[in-house]
Amino acid sequence: MARLSLDNVTKSFANFDAVKDVSIDVGDGEFLAVLGPSGCGKTTLLRLVAGFEKVTSGEIRIGSEVVSGKGGSVAPEKRRVGIVFQNYALWPHMTVAENIGYSLKVAKLDKAVARRKVEDALALVNLQGLGERRPANLSGGQRQRVALARCLVAAPSLVLFDEPLANLDVHLRASMEDEFASFHKRTGTTIVYITHDQAEAMALADRIAVMDGGRLAQLATPRELYHEPANEMVASFISQGILLPADVLSAEERGHCKVRVLGAELIVRCRPGERPRTGAKVCCRSADLDVSQDGPGFDGLVKRVIYQGGSARIEFTPSTSPDLTLHFERPDPVALESGAQARLRIRSGWLIPAAGGAS
Amino acid sequence: MSTRIRESRGQEMVLTAAVAIVIVLLSLLPMLRLIKEIVAPGGTLSTVAIKAGLGSPATWIATWHTLVVGIGGTLLAVLSGTLVAVLVTLTDIRARSAMVLCYVMPLMIAPQVTALAWLQLFGPASPFLKLFGAAPPLGTRNPLYSTSGIILLLGVQYGPLVFLLVRAGLRKLPRELVEAARAGGAGWFTVLITIVLPLMTPSIMAAAALAFVSCVGNFGIPAFLGIPANYLVLPTLIYQRLSGGGPAVLGETAFLSVLIGIIAMAGILAQEIMSRRRDYRISSTSLSAEPYELGRWRPAVQAGMWLLIVVVLFLPLFGLVLTSLVPGYGIALTAKTATLDNYRFVLFEHDAASRAFFNSFWLSIAAAVFAVLVAVPIGYLIAWGKQRWVRLLNLSVELPYALPGVVLAIASLLLFLRPIPLTGIQLYNTVWIILYAYLARFLVLALRPTISGYHQIDRALEEAAQVAGAGLFTRMRTIIFPLVAPAAIAGGLLIFMTALSELTVSALLWSSGSETIGVVMFSFEQGGDSNYAAAMSVITVAVTFVLMLVTNLLAPYLPTGVLPWRD
Repeated sequence: MARLSLDNVTKSFANFDAVKDVSIDVGDGEFLAVLGPSGCGKTTLLRLVAGFEKVTSGEIRIGSEVVSGKGGSVAPEKRRVGIVFQNYALWPHMTVAENIGYSLKVAKLDKAVARRKVEDALALVNLQGLGERRPANLSGGQRQRVALARCLVAAPSLVLFDEPLANLDVHLRASMEDEFASFHKRTGTTIVYITHDQAEAMALADRIAVMDGGRLAQLATPRELYHEPANEMVASFISQGILLPADVLSAEERGHCKVRVLGAELIVRCRPGERPRTGAKVCCRSADLDVSQDGPGFDGLVKRVIYQGGSARIEFTPSTSPDLTLHFERPDPVALESGAQARLRIRSGWLIPAAGGAS
Repeated sequence: MSTRIRESRGQEMVLTAAVAIVIVLLSLLPMLRLIKEIVAPGGTLSTVAIKAGLGSPATWIATWHTLVVGIGGTLLAVLSGTLVAVLVTLTDIRARSAMVLCYVMPLMIAPQVTALAWLQLFGPASPFLKLFGAAPPLGTRNPLYSTSGIILLLGVQYGPLVFLLVRAGLRKLPRELVEAARAGGAGWFTVLITIVLPLMTPSIMAAAALAFVSCVGNFGIPAFLGIPANYLVLPTLIYQRLSGGGPAVLGETAFLSVLIGIIAMAGILAQEIMSRRRDYRISSTSLSAEPYELGRWRPAVQAGMWLLIVVVLFLPLFGLVLTSLVPGYGIALTAKTATLDNYRFVLFEHDAASRAFFNSFWLSIAAAVFAVLVAVPIGYLIAWGKQRWVRLLNLSVELPYALPGVVLAIASLLLFLRPIPLTGIQLYNTVWIILYAYLARFLVLALRPTISGYHQIDRALEEAAQVAGAGLFTRMRTIIFPLVAPAAIAGGLLIFMTALSELTVSALLWSSGSETIGVVMFSFEQGGDSNYAAAMSVITVAVTFVLMLVTNLLAPYLPTGVLPWRD
């Protein structure tokens, strides 16, 4: 087990920066998820850590050793990194046991010891007795477990997951998620887990690194990402946050300040040290919105009501800013209809810090 | 059946029937005729032909020789082709496209031209060795007139064939399979031995089978290198028997040709068995592996590759050009002695030679045009057809090309020795029998690219025309042909290049007046007139080069892999 640190890592291909100036510290035994839309650079980041790509600038350290940096790059086979690929990457010409024991064979380990380790690894992923099977005769979930066992058997200092659940169906995903979580608890391995699925990242990770356009948008715990997004990208990417223009009216006081949103004044949560400013943004979750018959709030038009079974998603346009769309959910029976007028109230929100405030 | 239903099925039935007739005439008929000659010569079942063939010691010696050079040539081709494919595909070697172009080039040059070129390089009369005064004294035996000489040239000729297939396999190897092994602690060489090569087994086996079939069926190389040393393989034995005995020995040569066919098929069968022993199916698709960084070894590896290319391509061609400029056997080439007389002689003065240029050109053009026109409807039925049995057609079209050319030539002789029944038309001893054999043998060269062309086209394009009211023939003419034309035409150009200097088939089928370039080249060389043979070779090689350049213009419209020399 070891820590992983990335210091101002940049990777450019031709004239395009796939990863730009990313710094992340992953603690010993930590489970870090790297989350982002496709093309955000998360897979390149993983390949940099594994050593399949070389950094353009910056430095990567595993434990105390610099593995990528100005002085060159340690070859992937010397990094003691385990990888679980999205497409499993099991070798079709070997049995399950041969697949798992490959790194032991390469390391010229004693055969009896190697066999025992392979048995242990099979047991760890609940595949006892399947050692002689061919990968082609396994189900998707079993293949993924073989891939997991294969990277474990060499006792890597760090395990990288590259969207390991993307090829599995929904039911299997949930059970594999459980398996990954208990595996992490049991072994205490440092894990970097690449995904584009935020539910997966939230469920598994100690901390999540959100990436956007090659840059690190925010690195925080799942709870902090949801409640205190550092910028507009993270706010709207995580759980479809609603961004509303706001003017800050009062300075921060015990984590809160007064803002004006859509003509209504309300109290929102904020970072320490916020001062009155204009052109700010507030992030609301759909749970923060409420229909208020005639209390404080703002009027608008119900654009669409989408029935979702047991509840409905309502899209709403405030009359003062017709280009904005707010959405929220109402349980059955839904009284609102599309085309109807309504009055909404915002109960709470989070003031997005001014630009440059990424943590 | 209502009239409207009959109308709409009518055109498809006509097309299917026409295609079936063409395939029966060109593929099944000659093969069946050949088998009949073996088991029932003269119309009654008998084992006389088989017994006579098995009883002759010459048969056994030639079979042994065929196996020796077949296996030796295959091994050399597989080793060199795979090595080059690995270096070119998996490492960060520079100037890849140029390397591929040059390395694949020998495949586009006729085997007898390759043989001639190498002979000119090493013989006592070699103008090349004379440039440094290194030629052995006149009368010394050329070292290539030997078993190892034949194996060497077969390896040079078919190494590129292996290269192409293994390279195609390597390109489909998902990078994760390599990266998983490297993350597991394996160095590049270990990954190559334990992961890459085992996974390439199907490609390597298929390439080996193809190279084996080509080696045992090759006529040009053992004819130029083996006959002077009295080292006969089955194809050259058949040639000698036929040119000595004429139609009277046809039954005996039919047995020999079936023997070649059996050896070739045994090679393909062995490949099938080897490839099924394990599971090599790669299920995922992904990007191909990052090239391995050779680092400080790169200049050395590159130099080695170019040295190989110089040795297998440039030196022999250079030797060929030098020989074509020498006024006579054994004369050293200097600025004073260099002459273009050989070219003038073969082009304008020698009757058979100038006739051969004319014959080979029109035969190749006819075979190419016919194949392009026929490949489009056959490809349509095979690629988009709904009937299962049509797919079997594909196999029967492959057969005349998969089997050694000698087999088809003997089958054609048997088929047309007597006038065609009912019509009384005599094809034997005319140029038309060569045309027939070319059509049968080369059709598949246009069909393969056409089928891959069909697979790249969205069928909705045709269906849209159908909905718009176009019948099958209209769609074929206005929609389908224009769409697959580039692939089919590229196939046609490949046929032209192959047929132009073809020797194997025409050596057995030619008659006075119907000589081909290959035949005249061969007889020049046998008569000791290497200079004339070299001049003819240089002309055909030059034509081939120009055609390759022309075909390159089609490249943007072609499925990948149609033009073997394009990377």
